[in-house]
Amino acid sequence: MKSKEKGMTLIVKTVTRLTVGLILLYGIYIVLHGHLSPGGGFAGGVIIALSFIHLMLAFGRETALKKLSQARASILESLGAIMFLSIAVLGFLGGYFFLNFLFKGKPFNLFSAGIIPLCNIAISLKVGVGLFTIFVVLVLFKILKEDNE
Amino acid sequence: MSEYLLCLFLFCIGLYCVLRKRNIIKIIIGLGIIEYAVNLFFVLVGYRIHGRAPILAKEQKILNMVDPLPQALVLTAIVIGLAVTALIVAIAIRIYEKYGTFDITKIRRLRG
Amino acid sequence: MILPFFVIIPLACAFLISLLGKLNKRISDIFANLGTFTLLILSLSAIRYQLFAKVIVYRVGGWPPPIGISMVLDGLSSFILMSVNLVSFLVCLYSVSYMNKYTDKYRFHSLFMLMLAGMNGVIVTGDLFNLFVFLEIASISSYALVAFGTEAEELEASFKYAIMGSVASSFILLGIALLYSYTSTLNMADMGSVLLSRGNSLLVNFISVLFLMGFGLKAALVPFHAWLPDAHPSAPASISAMLSGVLIKVLGVYALMRIYFNILGINNIILSIFMFLGAASMLVGVILALGQWDFKRLLAYHSISQIGYIILGIGLGSPLGILAGLFHLFNHSIFKSLLFLNSGAVAYRLGTRDLQDMGGLKERMPTTANTNLVASLSIAGIPPFNGFFSKFLIIVACIQSRQIIYGICAVIASILTLASFMKVQKYAFFGKLNKKWQDIKEVPGIMQLSMVVLAVLCLVSALLITPLFKPYLESAVNVLLLGRGYNKAVFGALK
Repeated sequence: MKSKEKGMTLIVKTVTRLTVGLILLYGIYIVLHGHLSPGGGFAGGVIIALSFIHLMLAFGRETALKKLSQARASILESLGAIMFLSIAVLGFLGGYFFLNFLFKGKPFNLFSAGIIPLCNIAISLKVGVGLFTIFVVLVLFKILKEDNE
Repeated sequence: MSEYLLCLFLFCIGLYCVLRKRNIIKIIIGLGIIEYAVNLFFVLVGYRIHGRAPILAKEQKILNMVDPLPQALVLTAIVIGLAVTALIVAIAIRIYEKYGTFDITKIRRLRG
Repeated sequence: MILPFFVIIPLACAFLISLLGKLNKRISDIFANLGTFTLLILSLSAIRYQLFAKVIVYRVGGWPPPIGISMVLDGLSSFILMSVNLVSFLVCLYSVSYMNKYTDKYRFHSLFMLMLAGMNGVIVTGDLFNLFVFLEIASISSYALVAFGTEAEELEASFKYAIMGSVASSFILLGIALLYSYTSTLNMADMGSVLLSRGNSLLVNFISVLFLMGFGLKAALVPFHAWLPDAHPSAPASISAMLSGVLIKVLGVYALMRIYFNILGINNIILSIFMFLGAASMLVGVILALGQWDFKRLLAYHSISQIGYIILGIGLGSPLGILAGLFHLFNHSIFKSLLFLNSGAVAYRLGTRDLQDMGGLKERMPTTANTNLVASLSIAGIPPFNGFFSKFLIIVACIQSRQIIYGICAVIASILTLASFMKVQKYAFFGKLNKKWQDIKEVPGIMQLSMVVLAVLCLVSALLITPLFKPYLESAVNVLLLGRGYNKAVFGALK
């Protein structure tokens, strides 16, 4: 019964093709509006990771890893962490660790709240890529075992 | 009061699951139940009757809002729980590779 | 000003290593050693700051303490920071050669620095929830480090450790939730003052039981010790040295002390519980250690026993008892990490941890044998070494507080410790050389260097109770004796 084609059926693939971009876009929206509405780095990051996981479930491992390989994912993850830490360290410009040193702007504007949107972007990078990596690693365990048998 | 007791009940279910079950995966699920019981309790601590979500919005004044701090803390605790669970699941998969079983009574090479 | 760097430097090192470590093998070594060395220098300079200003409070993000997160440096934190960063620097130096047999060395260094960041964070933070977060960072990286070899036993030990550790963390979080609901603040100093004004209640007793379970498990006190003898021997030797040497003290003993003495307030019931648990850990640990033939497992059981000494000393509650307990904490972190590094050196050349399989290694590995002799004499409490002074002081403090029975327990445990380390010496380093090990050589120079430095420290740290260095130790003791006056000290430092 096993078809040579990787991934799920045509219906799933078509629906995925239509929705995956929207999910990714929604994740990015949640991240960028984190300081204005519920959401933020962690929630947005999870949604971004879900879009890649969705891709992997529907099309199989290779397609998703072609978009974001494991090596590149681990680099991005470290970059997210370093970015967050350097934003925190830059607070020393104003005298304190983690100081919100940027111009705060008006409330409810997209460009406001100083470093918080930047922090959100860093967190979403770390969380999104991190979750995706966890998923890939757990799946790879299973595949390695199947190959051995 | 009853909701706090229900949290405690949930906590006890999780603890029972961790202590009494033999299957590694069930133990991990029990751990998750414990974590969620504690998180739920923490959120309930900050709840006020008829309180609203503490989100600032345009042209709105919120008079009676729930305590936002426990929610922020629980979000952190959930992230930590996610990391622990992912790590333990990875270890469990590796254990299955080495021992060929999920039964903890058969995974006993360390004694003494 | 220097306080946040205790967290920034290890975190930055960890992420940089995980980013760049793949490019070149040497990068992770360089970053890790530079990072730990800087931390050592920083903690040395922290002593100077602390002696000058007593209490330093750092406002993270510029927010004043009850609202924002604060970092606090007082006598106790600077003392523990010193021991953590000293041991971690020497262990990091040791693992330059030792970890070569593992693949993915950069991952090891990355996790190591994360664990260090967690521990330093626990020590410097002044906020209870922040303490929990750092505690979890340190714990999660230690779960991963225990499983680092990914052999069957290591995975099993790590699984056991991770499950028990997470349940303990849940207890701690539940305690924090209850404490927050009772005091509506998370700042430790502010919490102390609110609890002081509210008086004692049943809820506070319940919270203290939760914290005792949570942190007691992290410290491996006796009813909660089951994970330690599996987890500590399974890790690579340099990690065992960190886990036994400093991790259980920072996450367990330091957090217990800080929370009980400075926040919840200490009373006679809690002190007697501490003393009982301490004495029980002391005896049970050493008795279980006697029958062990696995070198590292024996050392792990001794960790339980020595933690018992520390808790007993602190549980006495008298100035001398606390001083002896803290002094023993420092000494134990030195000689126990040395012992684990020795066991790692033996395993590095021989590939075995079974004592019956060794024998006569003194001829072939003189540095390892001699440093091990120093550490064994030190842990057994033989005079010129540091272990003698701290154990002696604990026994004296027991007699002074009229706890003769606990004093006798301490003496018995000390004798049994001596017996068990005589076994180690006889089977491993003295006696006839096993034919199998005819061609072995001493371990590489850099491993010898860190072992020799630790052995010298075993002798030198006995000087801590001489009048010259005693003020340093006493400033740590005073923090605990201050009790709930801690909040005044912290808020006083802000003005």
